Amino acid sequence: MKPAPFDYVAARDMAEALSALHEGGDSARVIAGGQSLVPMLNMRLATPATLVDISRIDELRRIEAAKGAVTIGAAVRQAELGAWPDLAEKLPLIHAALPWVGHVQTRSRGTVCGSVAHADPSAELPLCLLVLGGTVILRRHRRTREVPAREFFLGMMSTDVAPGEMIAALRLPQPEPGTGHAFVEVARRHGDFAIVACAAVARPDGAVTLGVGGVADTPRLLEIPADAARDAAECDDRLNEFAWSLGARDDLHATARYRRELVRRLGRKTIEEALSCRA
Amino acid sequence: MPRLTATQTARVQFSLNGRDTTADAHPRMLLSDVLRQGVGATGTHVGCEHGVCGACTVLIDGVPARACLTLAVQAEGCDLRTVEGLADAGDGALSPLQAAFREHFALQCGFCTAGILMSLDALFAADPDADEAAIRDTLSGHLCRCTGYTPIVRAALAARDRIKGGKTDA
Repeated sequence: MKPAPFDYVAARDMAEALSALHEGGDSARVIAGGQSLVPMLNMRLATPATLVDISRIDELRRIEAAKGAVTIGAAVRQAELGAWPDLAEKLPLIHAALPWVGHVQTRSRGTVCGSVAHADPSAELPLCLLVLGGTVILRRHRRTREVPAREFFLGMMSTDVAPGEMIAALRLPQPEPGTGHAFVEVARRHGDFAIVACAAVARPDGAVTLGVGGVADTPRLLEIPADAARDAAECDDRLNEFAWSLGARDDLHATARYRRELVRRLGRKTIEEALSCRA
Repeated sequence: MPRLTATQTARVQFSLNGRDTTADAHPRMLLSDVLRQGVGATGTHVGCEHGVCGACTVLIDGVPARACLTLAVQAEGCDLRTVEGLADAGDGALSPLQAAFREHFALQCGFCTAGILMSLDALFAADPDADEAAIRDTLSGHLCRCTGYTPIVRAALAARDRIKGGKTDA
């Protein structure tokens, strides 16, 4: 339960981080808060040759709101985002979901981007990124690219980040007035991994985007047009079909059947909550 | 660029319970191990080593964090507080929180206690009026297999009132 040996680079700026990642290729990993990576290191599920520490790079520690979007740098800790005074107004879904992310003792160091990079299928922040239609900003040596959340998550703990590349920031669109949000989760104990997590955005016209985490290999989306969202029977039919499409499996925490039932019930509850809190 | 190879030893400097401290660490060494084995501060306990049990919780720059999920080299320049720093440095008198744990039988084997004390110490420092829900939320980041948590909640509520009372009297 101790990490295997690795070289350690404490990058002071982006140039140093990117050049260390470039040199390290696919045997280098980024570390910031370490709340997902260090358990993997301790259990030797990850054995990188080089760790590039980006947690002290000033330009990655910023939260910026501009042009209708909020950009969250890769070294911004979950607790720092939670304490951001504009969070409830500018990112109400994240505001609702953050208390469900781990515990106060892990949010203190864990970063928002780190959770997205880890891409655990039951994690709350990747789910919110997807439901909000956010963008992942990736950087590598002499190159920057932006990937929409829908194309970012490839499978269980697998993302579009290439060797030598790192997440520099996330960009999340601010909701237009009249948008409603809701986040609902069931876990064995508060702070445990979600058995099923649901996040929803209800647009002013009544159309709803529902996202579900904890069931398939990645968080998954269901788009519900306004007329279907208003019609309870139609909405339940769509949720049932969606629940079956996720390929739920039995595991230590819950049966597939229980997960499908949670998708139907929590999905319904989340949609209703999002619709009713449209302001 | 500050680069350490896997076998190189870094001299890590931090403040431990208010005292300037240096410790030698390879990059792969965890803060929990460096505190216990490098510095000899064995009050911080190591349980699961993957962030679940909370036994190794210490304060890093005033906020509770898992020492087992922090590389020792990442603690460079940080202000660390551990259970050794809670009691009075002069006469060793227990802090109000520690005393309440003793009075309310909030521990049996004591393995989880150091971490819980640090989390609650930070909670009351940030929010002296923390209610039972906030206390339970903080405790959700810790596993205790002896007490069933009820006496821990009772001790925390008593400590909160005593700490607040002390401040009012002063």
